[in-house]
Amino acid sequence: MALIDPSALQSIQAPAMHIPDGFLSGPVAGASFVLTAVAVTVAVRRANRTLGERSAPLMGVMAAFIFAAQMMNFPVAGGTSGHLLGGALAAILLGPWAAIVIMTAVVGVQALVFQDGGLTALGANVLNMGVVTALLGYAVYAPASHFANGRLWLRQAGAFAAAWLTVQASAGLTAFELAVSDTSPLSVVLPSMMGVHALIGIGEGLITVAALSLVATTRRDLLPTEVALSEE
Amino acid sequence: MKLRHIGLIAGGLGIALLIAVFSPFASSHPDGLERVAEDKGFSGLADSPPYELISDYVFPWVGNDDLATVLSGIVGVLIVAMVVSGVAFLLARAGGAQRPTPGDSS
Repeated sequence: MALIDPSALQSIQAPAMHIPDGFLSGPVAGASFVLTAVAVTVAVRRANRTLGERSAPLMGVMAAFIFAAQMMNFPVAGGTSGHLLGGALAAILLGPWAAIVIMTAVVGVQALVFQDGGLTALGANVLNMGVVTALLGYAVYAPASHFANGRLWLRQAGAFAAAWLTVQASAGLTAFELAVSDTSPLSVVLPSMMGVHALIGIGEGLITVAALSLVATTRRDLLPTEVALSEE
Repeated sequence: MKLRHIGLIAGGLGIALLIAVFSPFASSHPDGLERVAEDKGFSGLADSPPYELISDYVFPWVGNDDLATVLSGIVGVLIVAMVVSGVAFLLARAGGAQRPTPGDSS
């Protein structure tokens, strides 16, 4: 995106930063919608119980940052770019349920207003980039922060690992959906998706750690000192 | 306390808007999925969207491409911030209203 040069428009028929319409079969798109609907329902119910009054502006700011950061594609090797997903960052700062709500809104607005990601693929895009990243990011970071026991560098290492792994999981799940949809064989699409996103995941890790460092230095009180192993 | 909140919102939104202003400097290379789709020959399967509002982060009716991208970023940041804080506010209020109800274990 960003500077659109005509040659790029010729090679790319539709905006395809996220999964566009046409890549997924009906059953795969439908199953993804069902899974996403279940996850978002659970997230809303949990967030409903755990959200304090002060969470609303925090969640809005986090969503705004993630939307903007997703526009900021950074170059990786081989004429390819990547962008932040943000699910791990949101989950680390606000918990997995709030993160799912945030990511659903970001990916939803991208599809509905900016035609980034197909409408039929919306369930899959929210599942891959929002639900999986929030849950896995939290599942990796929570025990890491517990083990770090207050040592910031260890928590940051855990955050980097969580962020990198969420990008791998998201890429792997996307490849799986494309393969089941008969868009591309798994033996082809899985290694190439995981390979490219192994590099992009480093960017995700760096941005996540940088954002957490900024919060740690400016508003230490917002950085959970001890992340509960089970969010309730 | 309230003042710190205003600082947080202004600071956070400011950072997001600043990123949006610099979004024309984003890499225009295809991203991970686009790259794989092109290399593995399935990018042609993509269908055009059924309608276009601010398609591809280019604000319509603006001649300058960079300005169109910046505008779309600012609009997106504001929409997303309003939607999420609105939803979160309603959720927090609903949760708060439920809490005092005795015997409600759901």
